[in-house]
Amino acid sequence: MGKTFQKPEALSDAITHYCPGCTHGVAHRLVAEVIDELGIRGRTVGIGPVGCAVMMYNYFTFDFQEAAHGRAPAMATGAKRVRPDLIVFTYQGDGDLASIGLSEIVHAANRGEKFTTIFINNAVYGMTGGQMAPTTMPDQRTTTSPFGRKVADVGMPIKMAEMLTSLETPGYIARQALIKPKYINRAKKAIKKAFTYQIENRCFGLVELISTCPTNWGMTPVDALKWAEEKMLHYYKLGEFKNPDED
Amino acid sequence: MGKVLMKGNEAIGEAAIRAGCLNYFAYPITPQSEVAEYLARRMPEVGGVFLQGESEVAVSYMIFGAAACGERIFTTSSSPGISLMSEGISYISGAQCPAVFVNIMRGGPGLGGILPSQADYLQSTKGGGHGDYKLLVMAPASVQEAVEMVMRAFPLAEKYRNPVMILGDGLIGQMMEPVEFPDHLKVEPSNKNEWATNGMDTRKSKTRNLVKTMYLNPEELNAHNLKLKAKYEQMAREEILYENYNLDGKYKVLIVSYGTMSRVCRTAIDNLKANGLEVGMVRPQHVFPFPHQAINQAASKKSCQAVLSVEMCMGQMVEDVERSVLGKRPVHWYGKCGGEVPTPEEVMEEVERLLS
Repeated sequence: MGKTFQKPEALSDAITHYCPGCTHGVAHRLVAEVIDELGIRGRTVGIGPVGCAVMMYNYFTFDFQEAAHGRAPAMATGAKRVRPDLIVFTYQGDGDLASIGLSEIVHAANRGEKFTTIFINNAVYGMTGGQMAPTTMPDQRTTTSPFGRKVADVGMPIKMAEMLTSLETPGYIARQALIKPKYINRAKKAIKKAFTYQIENRCFGLVELISTCPTNWGMTPVDALKWAEEKMLHYYKLGEFKNPDED
Repeated sequence: MGKVLMKGNEAIGEAAIRAGCLNYFAYPITPQSEVAEYLARRMPEVGGVFLQGESEVAVSYMIFGAAACGERIFTTSSSPGISLMSEGISYISGAQCPAVFVNIMRGGPGLGGILPSQADYLQSTKGGGHGDYKLLVMAPASVQEAVEMVMRAFPLAEKYRNPVMILGDGLIGQMMEPVEFPDHLKVEPSNKNEWATNGMDTRKSKTRNLVKTMYLNPEELNAHNLKLKAKYEQMAREEILYENYNLDGKYKVLIVSYGTMSRVCRTAIDNLKANGLEVGMVRPQHVFPFPHQAINQAASKKSCQAVLSVEMCMGQMVEDVERSVLGKRPVHWYGKCGGEVPTPEEVMEEVERLLS
């Protein structure tokens, strides 16, 4: 009997800089496993965000571009248009994708760019120290909403998956979570689907992943998992929102 | 192929194709939109890529993403659009990717106007975006020269792994002139496999490539900037380009002017000569690197009493001219920045006023 569990080839040996309990590591591993399983490492180009995952290229073993804040979908568009044979994905947080890069992701999705986006939604800006994001929950305290996010003042959190689903262009849009093994298994399936649609040159794909940020939420990793399940999942519904096979 | 009558913007698009660049992303803005309109038709004919982006910001990063894959790529825009692209230009410079940007300048600041201007001189030669970077900046004075410069820009961008900018005033884009296209460039094999994210399988390599701009370690960032500085110094040694006009005689005034403005100055110089007054001119064809030495030499001539920088802006080039002349002669400015191109008569009057 051979090995039953090992580090994906797409992951490097580097030790990550992420905080204890952070779910970036889980998301990285899922992406790496999918790339291994699909046998696409040699033609994959990752495009990293600005945010906690800015140095994610250290943890992968294929070509990588480091984007400016929010611009990864534009870079992915450029790369994929001039090299349609490459497999291109962006990996972006909620400040990067839902705030400063909103225009880029909406237009890339609407053009039906044939790349894949992994969207990490942890309801907060991580790297800059826990400021309010467009995805921050109502009344959630952050360093720039010290009395809680006031909806009357700054509006409701943006549901990116639903917003992108409203576009008429065919695409694959799903939201899963990284907070329980059963959700993680579904997340991997969604990621694999999104990459497969890209390989088949079918459509744009985005998988939103509900994630935790124990450090900036001021919680233990276990409490953070509970908080995400109790406070986020009723608002950010999990599931597959859009699938090109249904269009 | 003989001479054809062509609008500058369209000729610029055709020149890029002939330079082997089959990838173009852009956003419409007056007075350069004809480049996008031309290439929207032309790129499909040659199997190239045309895409209209959602903003100049996005376009600059489409350029970055494509350039990082090692493909020839260019875009065109005009002043306010170049301001938006300047963020991306800073990243592309920092990441050392080759790309060509064309700025068909209009008046500013802000929306300014849509008529010709040279008011982005400082933006393009001294920065524009953040950080220590420089662009190789070419300033054509005719549609023919714009074509030749576009075709030279791609190999130079690859030589330096740095963006090259074509700085044309609105007239260069809007004017129709006879133009003769050089033959298609033979695209030389580049060293892109050493740095481009073109996929490990493509370059049959087991090691990955990384295109990035962030160096959190202060020593590494300093070393990176020293490396960039060395490239700009190499440009200053190898890429100076200028044209002298009427510098043989005993000229009393030396004009420094570039682009369309320099053509007006040529006529003024010819007219003044007919009236018995000698005026010389140095026309920078590259405005970065700037021909400091050539201007210094020309200004040092005994007969030369004054230097006049003539620009379609409020004297942005004067600093560079002063840094060339080094106090040997007084440096003056003449120009307009509303979109009207000064006439030869106005330049002649200014020269005569200087000497009176």
